[in-house]
Amino acid sequence: MAADVDGDIDGMSRSARRLEEAVLFLRGRLAGEYEVDDFGLDTDLAERILFPALRPLADTWFRIEVQGAENLPVDGGALVMSNHSGTVPLDAVMTAFVVHDRTGRFLRPLGADLVFRLPFVGSLARKGGATVASGSDAVRMLTRGELVGVWPEGYQGLGKRFSQRYRVQRFGRDGHVSAAVRTGAPIVPCSVVGAEEIYPLVGDVAWLARLLGLPYVPITPLFPWFGVLGLVPLPSKWLIGFGEPIATDSYGAAAADDLDLVLELTEQVRDTIGRTLVDLRRQRGDALG
Amino acid sequence: MGRVVLVTGVSRGLGGTLARRLAGSPDVERVIGVDVVSPDEDLGDVLFRLAEQGDAVVSEIIETEGVDTIVHLAGGARWLGGGLASIDRSSVAGSLELLRACQQAPDVRRVVMASSTRVYGSTHRDPAMFTEDMVTRDRLGASSARDYVEVEEALRRFAGRRPDVDVTVLRLANLAGPTVETALTRHLQLPLVPTVLGFDPRLQFLHEEDALAALGQAALGDAEGTYNVSGHGAMMLSQALRRLGRPSVPLPGRALSRLGSASARMRRSGVCSEPIAFLSYGGCVDTTAMRLVFGFEPAFTTAQAFDDFARSVSPGALGAERVAAVEERIRSVVMAAGADGR
Repeated sequence: MAADVDGDIDGMSRSARRLEEAVLFLRGRLAGEYEVDDFGLDTDLAERILFPALRPLADTWFRIEVQGAENLPVDGGALVMSNHSGTVPLDAVMTAFVVHDRTGRFLRPLGADLVFRLPFVGSLARKGGATVASGSDAVRMLTRGELVGVWPEGYQGLGKRFSQRYRVQRFGRDGHVSAAVRTGAPIVPCSVVGAEEIYPLVGDVAWLARLLGLPYVPITPLFPWFGVLGLVPLPSKWLIGFGEPIATDSYGAAAADDLDLVLELTEQVRDTIGRTLVDLRRQRGDALG
Repeated sequence: MGRVVLVTGVSRGLGGTLARRLAGSPDVERVIGVDVVSPDEDLGDVLFRLAEQGDAVVSEIIETEGVDTIVHLAGGARWLGGGLASIDRSSVAGSLELLRACQQAPDVRRVVMASSTRVYGSTHRDPAMFTEDMVTRDRLGASSARDYVEVEEALRRFAGRRPDVDVTVLRLANLAGPTVETALTRHLQLPLVPTVLGFDPRLQFLHEEDALAALGQAALGDAEGTYNVSGHGAMMLSQALRRLGRPSVPLPGRALSRLGSASARMRRSGVCSEPIAFLSYGGCVDTTAMRLVFGFEPAFTTAQAFDDFARSVSPGALGAERVAAVEERIRSVVMAAGADGR
């Protein structure tokens, strides 16, 4: 883009300018001259470091194709509800990446509290825009007009066996749909194909998981047998589809406590995701293709 | 007829300043200040009385002076000085004594207490922002924040028995500014600041001037209830340290707490006196009620309050000047490389 604007500048001055930018960025970081929002999102860090670092993984490794990005509202609060898989929540990271890539908006993932207990992971998640999955944070973010991401299958989806892949698990009753109704935010169903194959979970060391306080300790065809190498995700082909937004603003805030309505909306989203997954899998064909 | 105000904890922290300012207000007839130690500074028009714990000085003052407003800064500097250091049990006992004295005093119309946002504790499960109703005792475990909660509860019981008295609790965020000294500000001024490896807590700051203004407004206004008081916005600890130019020493949580208790034994105040949970997770509060119900707007944001504090301390090893020098070095190297390339 920049090269188009001043196309006649020679390569030298362009790299000098990039260096200048990098120096300015570093100076800002070193001096602490940047801002984080109330939830800990560090826009500067995310846009300059985190997202660029994820780009090769998204574009080259997983070759992510995005469908229906136009279904993501350009502004205002919205709840993105997605299926969950892959043993580690890389699907959430990648979804946040493509959302920012396509819309410039930050997806604000609501994560399990375990994420925030883990050193490095927790603080990085906050800086990348995540917060703890709690009713109060969901409402707070939606009220502020944020694009909130939830993975309502939780560990049931994330840690399911490879043989169960693409079977959408039961949605947890954690009140996210109710938060959307309360704030009148539309719900965008999101279906991710590809994350199921990155770490095919074939076993679980339950006793070690209990010892470490983790939901499971995965055994995959490569982990732990190949050590660190086993941590490299398989390069499956990914498709991420955003469905048409489901409006909730006609119900009124009081309807947030209407259990029937909330369950009905939840099922509607779950159905949409399930159907879209079948569709996307057919489109993709071979997992590593 | 002006108000007669009793301020507890005037000898340390912001207590003295608050008492002097209240004494200067046209709505106030006189201010009596009490503390368990003598003040270092001149309290001006404030009448100072030394009170030992367990004696009847406070209840005597309330009765004979006709006190109608009490501003309870609890453990003095320890409470108002930041709400981070543990309050000792004696200030809990002192608070209970004060409330007992108030209960029998028919003239008392208003009780204002400075509490701390530490009452919410810090865990990885916490929502990003605490609202005033989110205090749960069991979450705090054995931490010292329990003591704050205990005093707040005693005050609530008092309010139940004396419905004619307006009770206001201000939960102040971490204080920052050119003069105020708290456990956190002392910690941040160490040449090498210990942090918890792998964690970067979110912090909020309240400028000392805003704290004084909020307490003054609570003392002389007519609001009731419990309010979080903090500057807008949040900062990460890492960011705060960079603004101070202080290098950090990330240590595993367990090692840090050991270092903390060792230094406590050596009575080196400041060093690692921060609870590990706070240094791991921090915490922020919602200030909607402060703005809309209590009607207070802080003049300083979190970042501005912190920067005002940062200006008052000497820059650390990674101060702005050093950073500028390094930048200059990089630039000259780049320029040289550029010239070669051409």
